[in-house]
Amino acid sequence: MLSSYVPVLVLFLLAAGLAALILGLAQIMGPRGLNAGAEDPYESGIVPTEPARKRFPVRFALVAMLFLVFDIEAVFFYPWAVVFKRLGVFGLVEMFLFIGILLVGYIYAYKKGALNWE
Amino acid sequence: MTAGDIVEYVVKSAIIIVFLLTAFAYMTLYERKLVGRVQVRHGPNRVGPGGLLQPVADGVKLLFKQAITPRGVDFPLYILAPAISVVAALVTFAVIPVGPGGVNLFGYRTDLWLADLDVGVLFVLAMSSLGVYGIVLAGYASNSKYSLLGGLRASAQLISYELSLGLSLVGVLMLTGSLSLNDIVNGQGGTWLGFIPRWYILVQPLAFIIYAISGVAETNRAPFDLVEAEQELVGGYHTEYTGLRFALFFMAEYINMVTISALAATLFLGGWRGPFFGGPWWLLLKIALLLTGYVLLRATLPRLRYDQLMHFGWRVLLPLSLLNIVITAIGIVLLG
Repeated sequence: MLSSYVPVLVLFLLAAGLAALILGLAQIMGPRGLNAGAEDPYESGIVPTEPARKRFPVRFALVAMLFLVFDIEAVFFYPWAVVFKRLGVFGLVEMFLFIGILLVGYIYAYKKGALNWE
Repeated sequence: MTAGDIVEYVVKSAIIIVFLLTAFAYMTLYERKLVGRVQVRHGPNRVGPGGLLQPVADGVKLLFKQAITPRGVDFPLYILAPAISVVAALVTFAVIPVGPGGVNLFGYRTDLWLADLDVGVLFVLAMSSLGVYGIVLAGYASNSKYSLLGGLRASAQLISYELSLGLSLVGVLMLTGSLSLNDIVNGQGGTWLGFIPRWYILVQPLAFIIYAISGVAETNRAPFDLVEAEQELVGGYHTEYTGLRFALFFMAEYINMVTISALAATLFLGGWRGPFFGGPWWLLLKIALLLTGYVLLRATLPRLRYDQLMHFGWRVLLPLSLLNIVITAIGIVLLG
C-alpha cells in the first residue's frame, strides 16, 4: 500500500518548492549593502561579547529523556487502542497492567523531583 | 497509477496549499481585527475596504525587506529551519478529509481528500514532531542568545505537550478501531435519538479539552507563547530572521493553527459531517469557530510562567489523559 503515500509525496514536493521559491525571492528582492552592526546578533542594543552557543541548563536534557520514555509508551497505546474492541476484557486487564507499570515510573520521576521545574 | 492520477494529486495539492496560504493571510487580519475589537479599537482599516487588503500590503512589505544573515550563523541549518517549519505545517493537511468520497466535480469523479492513509493519525503526529525541528534548528543556528533560549523553551514545551496531545487521541481511536481519519469521520455519522449528532466530543469531552489545551500549546499560541515571549525574548527563535525568511515561520505558525483546528473538527466534531448538508462547508465553519477560540484566548488570557507551563503539562495533563484512556476502556467493556 505504498502507493497511497504518492499524493503525500506530491504535496511535499510542492510545499518544498514553495519554501524554496520564497527563500529565493527573499534573496533577490531585498536591498543590498549593510550598515555597520547589521550583521551582529540582536541583543537589544548591547554589543555582543561572546558566542551564543554555550552551556544551557541540564533540565532540558531531562525533559527530553522523560519525553522519550513516555512517548514510546504512547506509541504502544495506538495498536492496542485500534484492536481494543476485539480484545475485550483481556485487553482491559493487559492495559491496566501496562498503565500500572507506567504509573510506577511516573511516581518515581515525580518523587525524585524530575517533574519539578525550579 | 496513471498520469491522470498524478495530475489529480497535483491539482489537489495545489488547492490545499492555496487554501492554507489564503487562510494564513486572512487569519492574521481576522486576528488583528478581533483583538482590536476586544480592546475597543478598530484594528487595521486603512488598506482596502475595511482593511481587507492588509495581508497583501504586509506581504509586499516583507518581500522588499533585506535578507540579513547575521555573522556566525550555521548557514545551511539557518536557511533550512524556516523551510522545515513551513513544509511540515503544509504537509500535515494531506490526510484530512474535507468531504465524502466519490463526488462528481465538473463531470469528474473524485474523492474529497488528498490521501487516505491507514495510519493517518500517526502521520499527523509525526509531521507535528518534525515541525519542532524547524524551531530548534532556528534557535541553534542563529548564534543569538534570544534565539537559543527561545529554541530550548520551544523544544521542551512542544515535546511535553505532544505527549498529552497524542494520548488524548487514544480514546477516539478505541471508539473507532482505526487510525485512518476517514474511518474516524465515518464513525461519527448518524444521530442519537434522531437529533443529537454522534460526534466524539459528546463521548470524549475530557479528551477534547486535553486536546484543545495541548493544541494551543503545540502551536505556541497565547497563553502558552513563552517561545516567543516578546517582553523577555524579543522574538524567540526567529529573532535573527528578516523579511520573507521570518514570514515563513509566521506562515508555519498560522498554518499549524488551521491544521490543529481542522484536526479537532475531524476527530471530535464530526469532520465534514453536519446536519442538513455535509461537506467542506461544515468543516470550514468548524475550523473558523475554533480559530475564533484561538484569537479570543489570546485576547483575554495572560501568559503563563515557564514553571507553571511545565508543571501543567507533566503533572496535570499527562495523568488526566491516562485517566481518560482508563475511563474509556472501562466504558467500552461495560457498555459493549
